[in-house]
Amino acid sequence: MATLKLTKVTKAYGNIEILHGIDLDIESGEFIVFVGPSGCGKSTLLRTIAGLEQITSGTLEIDGVVVNDIPPSQRGIAMVFQSYALYPHMTVYDNMAFGMRLARKSRQEIDERVKYAANILQLTPYLDRLPKALSGGQRQRVAIGRAICRNPKVFLFDEPLSNLDAALRVATRIEIAKLHESMPDTTMIYVTHDQVEAMTLADRIVVLRSGVIEQVGSPMELYDRPDNIFVAGFIGSPAMNMVPCTFEQSGGEVRARPENHEPVRIPVQIPAGAVGGKGTLGVRPEHLRLADGAEPLFRGRLDIVEHLGELTLLYVDCGFAEPIIAKLEGNVRIERGSEIALAARTGMLHVFDADGRSFPRQEQPLAAE
Amino acid sequence: MSSIAGTKSGLMWAVHISVALLVALWIFPTVGLFVSSFRTADQIAASGWWASLFPQEQNLVLRTADPSKQAQEGDLYVISGNLFADNNEPAAGISAWGVSSRAISDYEPGETADMGDDGRITIEQNGDYRLENDVAFEGRRGERIFVTATTPPKFTLENYEHVLLSGSTTDSMAKAFFNTLTVTIPATVIPIVIAAFAAYALAWMRFPGRALLIAAVVALLVVPLQLALIPLLRLHLGIGIGKGYLGVWLAHTGFGLPLAIYLLRNYMVGLPRDIIENAKVDGATDFQIFTRIVLPLSMPALASFAIFQFLWTWNDLLVAKVFLIDATGETTVMTNQIVELLGTRGGNWEILATAAFVSIAVPLVVFFAMQRYLVRGLLAGSVK
Repeated sequence: MATLKLTKVTKAYGNIEILHGIDLDIESGEFIVFVGPSGCGKSTLLRTIAGLEQITSGTLEIDGVVVNDIPPSQRGIAMVFQSYALYPHMTVYDNMAFGMRLARKSRQEIDERVKYAANILQLTPYLDRLPKALSGGQRQRVAIGRAICRNPKVFLFDEPLSNLDAALRVATRIEIAKLHESMPDTTMIYVTHDQVEAMTLADRIVVLRSGVIEQVGSPMELYDRPDNIFVAGFIGSPAMNMVPCTFEQSGGEVRARPENHEPVRIPVQIPAGAVGGKGTLGVRPEHLRLADGAEPLFRGRLDIVEHLGELTLLYVDCGFAEPIIAKLEGNVRIERGSEIALAARTGMLHVFDADGRSFPRQEQPLAAE
Repeated sequence: MSSIAGTKSGLMWAVHISVALLVALWIFPTVGLFVSSFRTADQIAASGWWASLFPQEQNLVLRTADPSKQAQEGDLYVISGNLFADNNEPAAGISAWGVSSRAISDYEPGETADMGDDGRITIEQNGDYRLENDVAFEGRRGERIFVTATTPPKFTLENYEHVLLSGSTTDSMAKAFFNTLTVTIPATVIPIVIAAFAAYALAWMRFPGRALLIAAVVALLVVPLQLALIPLLRLHLGIGIGKGYLGVWLAHTGFGLPLAIYLLRNYMVGLPRDIIENAKVDGATDFQIFTRIVLPLSMPALASFAIFQFLWTWNDLLVAKVFLIDATGETTVMTNQIVELLGTRGGNWEILATAAFVSIAVPLVVFFAMQRYLVRGLLAGSVK
């Protein structure tokens, strides 16, 4: 049972500020994932919560107690490092027992907890081995087991799967999800740059950029309603297509006109002041389809086709700086170089103002298309 | 390594040749000392150690049996026997011989020399002789015979017995050997203990002035120790330590610390940060991190420095002379003992070679037993 509350947390190394005032509330038992590009401060934020880095200003509360100056071991946290950070000269058992031995727990209690953790993670046969005699996945499980043994209120994971190969990554990801399910009271904070991990594991995702929180929300919120261009582009793969557009009054509504294209209806309310101004129109590749109707969104020449079996990626040159990418289900046979038109449902369009912020969405659904 | 195969050939040859040269430079004197220490003074004088495995020509002066052993055969008085057996020499082959010191190789084996009044002597190749005369032999000693003999190789442990076990006050290395051990072991252990603590603090603890301290340690690396000899000795005498083991331990500790701290800190700073941070999360204090994590993981570096410090204190003469050895000579160390042997037994190469080999035996053992740590510690931090 642990809630975390970060209030205006900043972290600076000398004159260089890495975190610029982070405000975040984390509920007890939540699985929070920090994502962001390299150097965005997500690891620094995690290490600040762990107590491995001093907070420069602001406060961090765990269960309502300000812990700014409390050493890591007394914050009730456990951390799993990207490099596993196992003690190379100790057996798996000793690795897991190390923290409890320092805390002078009884031999019996240590044994119970180590056996319990080893059992959960299927490590029992390896308890007498040294870390160097384990595979990468087993090492990572030992690191997780060591964290479980500490019986923490908050689990911190720093890119725990980055050193594993693809297959193992999926398996371990599922194990972590199960682990969270089996410990519903334990808060987990997980840092990754892999959005699949973020989308699959998180109750809420925190998107960071340059030491600032860009958006906090459930995976689907972030996918469906990104607050700004950065989040829109960061979540989803291939990334959302973004094209410059202008807003024009047309009949009773405001439409967006992508460069060199016909204006299209948009699912947002444009304030009067923005009409006539510039903005950005976004649409995810998986929401584009080949247009058969009269009102296509984009027209262009098909540059590249990638057949992936389950889906087909089309790279269409529509006269923008970047090609428009469309992700179609199944194996679609189209000639390279042919002229094609792409369309999307109006509700799937994303519209951003000149500063990259999204406009508020219209509450009532649009009239049938 | 294979990725830079293109630049290999020229450089590789240079490396191989220099390595071969270094090995030769190192091996020849060592083997020479080793072999010489098992040879007798005569052999060392007659030939070099490299010839010791082969039979060698030697000029010997031997005597026949004395006249009391003569026997009468008809008219003749005869003395017969074997030259080598009669003189307690190992059997050897005679290639030439003579009866006068001016002509020591006038006769071949099997020939007979006429010595006039002294009779006629025939000597065979294996040293069997027959001395005949018409009148009885007189006198108390046998005839002198000069032989050029080819003696087989011979090795002896006598030198070691003499140097180690005889208890001779001037030649004995035994006492000096134990004195050297008494100096060396604490002079190795004390700086390592101090340096390990210092290195951990300089590598992993944050405190003001840390960078300055590290810079100071690096600066001290290049200070020649001769600079400190006299002030330190005055200090020792002033505070009552005087000359003795305590003084020499302290001196070696002081002179060894900069390198020790520098090497160990560089190694410890290369340990994965995550491991140490994880230990902090696990609740370890700095002291616990040091003793339970960093120290076990730093064993290669500790061993490497231990070897360095051990070898250098073992071979040290200067510091021992200044801080340890007093007028009584009770605390002499092996290096000093060898210097004194050079004075008293300058011509006795077999004693000198044996003494020298006794003093290098322990470093050799240490080096061969621990060489992998030596290399690993030297490379510390340079390769991931």
